[in-house]
Amino acid sequence: MDLLLNHFWEFTITGLAFGAVYALIALGYTLVYGVLRLINFAHSEVFMWGSFASVWVLTALGASKASGVGVVGFLVIGFAAAMVTSALVALGLEFVAYRPLRKRNSPPLIALISAIGASFVLSEAMGLRDKPFKWFGLDTDLASYVGRPREASPLPLNIDTVRLFRVFDYRVSNIDLIVLGSAIVMMVILDQFVKRSRLGRGIRAVAQDPEAAALMGVNRDRVIRLTFVIGGAMAGAAAMMYLLKIGVTRYNAGFLLGVKAFTAAVLGGIGNLRGALLGGFVLGVAESYGSAIFGSNWKDVVAFTLLVIILLFRPTGLLGESLGKARA
Amino acid sequence: MNAVSSFFHGIGDRFRALPRWAKIVLAIAAAVIVYLLPIINPPLITTTDSDFGAVLFLCALYALVAIGLNIVIGYAGLLDLGYIGFFAIGAFTVGVLGSAHAKLPLLLCIPIAMVVTLVSGIVLGAPTLRVRGDYLAIVTLGFGEIVRLILVNADSLTGGSRGISNIPTPPNLDLFGIPHLVWDGFVAKVDLSNQTRFLQFGVTDSIPYYWLALTLVFIVLFLDWRMQNSRVGRAWEATREDEDAAELMGVPTFRFKLLAFATGAAIGGLSGALFATKQQFINPDNFTILYSVLFVAMVVVGGQGNRWGVVVAAALLTWAPEKFRFLADARFLLFGLALMALAIFRPQGLMPPRRSVRAKKADEVAPDQIDAEGVARA
Repeated sequence: MDLLLNHFWEFTITGLAFGAVYALIALGYTLVYGVLRLINFAHSEVFMWGSFASVWVLTALGASKASGVGVVGFLVIGFAAAMVTSALVALGLEFVAYRPLRKRNSPPLIALISAIGASFVLSEAMGLRDKPFKWFGLDTDLASYVGRPREASPLPLNIDTVRLFRVFDYRVSNIDLIVLGSAIVMMVILDQFVKRSRLGRGIRAVAQDPEAAALMGVNRDRVIRLTFVIGGAMAGAAAMMYLLKIGVTRYNAGFLLGVKAFTAAVLGGIGNLRGALLGGFVLGVAESYGSAIFGSNWKDVVAFTLLVIILLFRPTGLLGESLGKARA
Repeated sequence: MNAVSSFFHGIGDRFRALPRWAKIVLAIAAAVIVYLLPIINPPLITTTDSDFGAVLFLCALYALVAIGLNIVIGYAGLLDLGYIGFFAIGAFTVGVLGSAHAKLPLLLCIPIAMVVTLVSGIVLGAPTLRVRGDYLAIVTLGFGEIVRLILVNADSLTGGSRGISNIPTPPNLDLFGIPHLVWDGFVAKVDLSNQTRFLQFGVTDSIPYYWLALTLVFIVLFLDWRMQNSRVGRAWEATREDEDAAELMGVPTFRFKLLAFATGAAIGGLSGALFATKQQFINPDNFTILYSVLFVAMVVVGGQGNRWGVVVAAALLTWAPEKFRFLADARFLLFGLALMALAIFRPQGLMPPRRSVRAKKADEVAPDQIDAEGVARA
């Protein structure tokens, strides 16, 4: 307890930074749930693929030697690579794992099984990546990409931690600032997009009433594709932030993070965009405080216990379900 | 696509049409063959890269798990993604009481483990079963992970990540030895040098554990059958199909959901206890969340609600990765692909329960073609 009181702002800001990562991944769950009523179990693997995309692109460009302004450029490239890759993976996932089921009107539990299968496939494909390259004898040329597939791959970008300014007793670092800043920018853009743009209106319409939306000329399939792309891109951005904060990624990095992000989405009220953001930040901060009070071993226990408690008192999450409602 | 299910249902129909004595003879013969599988060691089925007896034990163990989870998912329609939590609680209850903190005999530990999991099922279920659908899935997922994390962190009780060793075995009988068969191509020979002592539970031979697990599977299957055909089973079915309608008809849905949850939990605890005594060493790494997912896959692949279906699916999904061990790394990739293919091409599972097949047929026929008894005129 003393630890928490003495370093209150440090734990708060670290919690917010992790919360931002959870929130961005949670957006993907909540968007897809809103339009399809489906837990996209494989979303965590979309995140994982994004993290590898930025590691590999930055390795290929030789980012580890960069310094000064160059780092900023590489940072932008890293974000772009992760977001594009994640969006593409999410799109492919929708096409292969979910669309055939939708065509057949399968029950939701079956879609979950397909999602679990897809999640295995995506994560194991990354874990086995050296095999197909070995057949073509490319594994030595591409060793820095496909080698050691089951071990951690570090982000090849040297960012010196600079303490920029103080918030009470905690000196905020540049990494905290990048993570939080880019997360907030991304969230505001998405929120306004869903609220104001024509496509965003389509998403809300389908979430509220798919049939009426179809009658009003909304192309449901296009809206669904769009939600997967947006969710994927957000997961990609989260992947880059995760790399900045943690520094390494693995073929199975997505799983626990995905579960937590889903927890965040449920916490805020699944299907509700702002709920996902709120849930992410609440979860991140609660975890951070929990690890200060009970020790970092108990961090995840705190996260899940919080979920159970909130669902007991507010079974539809903090903000309730409302992607389809006017507030969005 | 209906070939598989009509094949199984065809077998079922033929079996039902037989006279009573033939049914009994056939059932006993089938049971004897299943019991003797590890002794017969049949070519093509046997696993060359891992001990066949141990693989069969796992098949029977997971069949037990699948029966328990089938009550929760298949009968009551509650998506439980944290079943491994109950399995772990059962295993660790045996570990703590049998080895780490007391030296109770196993036969006392197992009922205690079942009671402990039953209670934990009620404790978890009472608050969460009021939450519907997907929320329940994530709460249970969280529960499974909380159990594992507590096992890792509660050092003084569970030994933390070091785990618990020297878990007691069931009492030995040691009556006689049963020689194994060896196969030269398709010619069988009796191998007298390789014998299984009848009911000696040790580290080297998994076969007695297989027999124990199989016996439990049959007992639980019988109880499961009695339960499903009772008032309780009908109440579960009504709750699953339409909770509001069931409530209006006077079914106390919450109490029945809790009953399903607790029954499932107790069976999970029993399987966990069995796992602990077979392994004689457990640590929290044996109980990751991935297993919960695998268990759900077993139930859905088997056809939710069909007890024989989930038993077959559990055995198949356990056996296949061991059989195809030469595929080594790619096993989980193929497993994932198989799940996706199944979801697309056979969403009702390999062996959907008869009643849901009939209901689907009735749905497909236009309502005016259904006569008073609700039977579709084909």
